[in-house]
Amino acid sequence: MEPIAIVKGIAVPLTRPDVDTDAIIPKQFLKSIERTGFGKNLFNDWRFVEGDPSRPNANFVLNQPRYQGAQILIAKGTFGIGSSREHAPWALTDYGFRCIVAAAFGDIFYNNSHKNELLLARIPADAVERLMAEVQEHEGCELTVDLPAQTVTSPAGLSISFDIPEDTKRRLLEGLDDIAITLRHQADIAAFEERRKSTHPWL
Amino acid sequence: MGKTIIEKIWDDHAVAEDGGQTILYIDRHLIHEVTTPQAFAGLKQAGRTVRRPEATLGVIDHNIPTIDQDKPIADPLAALQVETLRKNCAAHGIELFQIGDPRNGIVHVVGPEQGLTQPGMTIVCGDSHTATHGAFGALAFGIGSSEVEHVLATQTLLQKKPKTMRVQVEGSLNDSGGAITPKDVILALIGQIGVGGGVGYAIEYAGDVVRGFSVEGRMTLCNMSIEAGARAGLVAPDDKTVAYLKGRPHAPQGEDWEAAVAYWRSLPSDPDAAFDRTVTLEADALAPQVTWGTNPGMVTAVTGKVPDPNQESDPTKRATIENALEYMALSPNTPITSIAIDKVFIGSCTNGRIEDLREAARYAKGNRVASRVTALVVPGSGLIKRQAEAEGLDRIFNEAGFEWREPGCSMCLGMNPDILQPGERCASTSNRNFQGRQGRGGRTHLVSPAMAAAAAIAGHLIDIRGIEPAELD
Ligand code: SF4
Repeated sequence: MEPIAIVKGIAVPLTRPDVDTDAIIPKQFLKSIERTGFGKNLFNDWRFVEGDPSRPNANFVLNQPRYQGAQILIAKGTFGIGSSREHAPWALTDYGFRCIVAAAFGDIFYNNSHKNELLLARIPADAVERLMAEVQEHEGCELTVDLPAQTVTSPAGLSISFDIPEDTKRRLLEGLDDIAITLRHQADIAAFEERRKSTHPWL
Repeated sequence: MGKTIIEKIWDDHAVAEDGGQTILYIDRHLIHEVTTPQAFAGLKQAGRTVRRPEATLGVIDHNIPTIDQDKPIADPLAALQVETLRKNCAAHGIELFQIGDPRNGIVHVVGPEQGLTQPGMTIVCGDSHTATHGAFGALAFGIGSSEVEHVLATQTLLQKKPKTMRVQVEGSLNDSGGAITPKDVILALIGQIGVGGGVGYAIEYAGDVVRGFSVEGRMTLCNMSIEAGARAGLVAPDDKTVAYLKGRPHAPQGEDWEAAVAYWRSLPSDPDAAFDRTVTLEADALAPQVTWGTNPGMVTAVTGKVPDPNQESDPTKRATIENALEYMALSPNTPITSIAIDKVFIGSCTNGRIEDLREAARYAKGNRVASRVTALVVPGSGLIKRQAEAEGLDRIFNEAGFEWREPGCSMCLGMNPDILQPGERCASTSNRNFQGRQGRGGRTHLVSPAMAAAAAIAGHLIDIRGIEPAELD
């Protein structure tokens, strides 16, 4: 993994609350056996008229010229509920997002994202509203998400702390790979398995 | 202070701590074709192997057609995913149930059926409905593909201990004559606590109503924990659990059986155990539940009406209701029972087991599916299909005009050819009514199997409490 420290860029406000992973990347795109290439179908059924990639839906926020090149997504409610598909963070990062700001995230989505260099910043719901209002009001508004400082800051002077587990933060800052961390405990795992053979022989 | 069942299982599987996370040992890993190709590719790229192939089982369920399973899959992308799983299982010595093997079926149906799911285990699968296995008193949860790779490589996961929630279902369903099912209970719970209500928690379902449910019913209940936001939901093992498991192909045998049962009996939460949150659901007053919107928390009693956004003072909530009604093409205050449907889907890991099919068959028997409706019955596994056929349920469904299919996930997520067309409305026994879930532009109303079957006959949503179901032979 590449380390993440600071994400600065255009932020897109997604006003629909409780966005599910089926909406982030619909099931017809889950047949790939690759990890890449999902960005073109991100939010497919909202982004394109009748789901047809040749007909962008001008009303959908991602298609508005002012939000092109965005790296930060601000969302309402609990973002990333539903299916465990890791294709959701794959699609978001493939599209170009590096950070999502919301009041809450689906549990599995939360884990998946942090394994894919996508930073999730959890801030209070009223702060989501204030950030969104500023971004909507000022075209080209760039937010800064600072992982070491755990803050989201805006040009108008908002500075909001976000919450992230200490170990997740460290892994993101250092770009650590989970499997490599766990494999440092190989001896513990082997000992555990040995012990269980005697205490739970049927397993 | 005593421990909850969740803490007991957690502590029994904690291998080590690392930087605030626990390395949690995983007893059982179930895999399927859609969320594993990238995991195996990552494993190969890093030069790693599968630590315990014998603790892993593969099934093929998400994208397979439910007709002509003896023929090659026509969709080249689906065929490639299935072939990739075959190759990966073969290369790593993992057992895989092939398409057409009667033991194959939906991953969360197969695990329990084979006795692979046992109390006290940690069980994971790259699918969010893994909580289904919690019905046996296992800590079971869905994971992403990177975590699948982690489990393949290490037989463990790096996890944070979840908070604990006890959901106490009080009262009695005895007066409902079977009309109120575990599906109605879980839908009502999600309506009560919301789709984010369980985020960060593992749930223990308790109370007389839950004890009274069969093991299959408990699976329906635990299955939809994720729709309440919780990764895991479980029910403490009891005599019913033990009886269900006895003699299953992968259940412990002989001396092991006795030792295992003794261990299972030690699992229930201690009387003085404390939960981080307790929620009580009153079951007495429940009516059959129907979702009207685009997430499972948008649910009401079948006797209710589609909500009116103008009655909602919170602007965000009002906009959410308006969006949902627009997508669902419903007007405010429409009585639920006047909503006409085009399709019915009976199946999925939520409601595709034998008891579900029997319940649906009671409302199908001797009736005809309404002329405007297409109705599908998709058993959760090949063994369930056989059992249903042995009981004559296939005949009841066929004679009533339902289509009797081969096992798989089917129209639960529509990765195979079973999908809703834009604008079609479906009464479905599955678990998600998200926009486009069953097909782009499709509209889903989640209901119990009996409610789905009755809707197929009536052509619209209907309260089954006004119908006398047939007896099965
Ligand atoms: S039936 Fe539906 S919810 Fe269950 S495993 Fe299959 S796709 Fe997932």
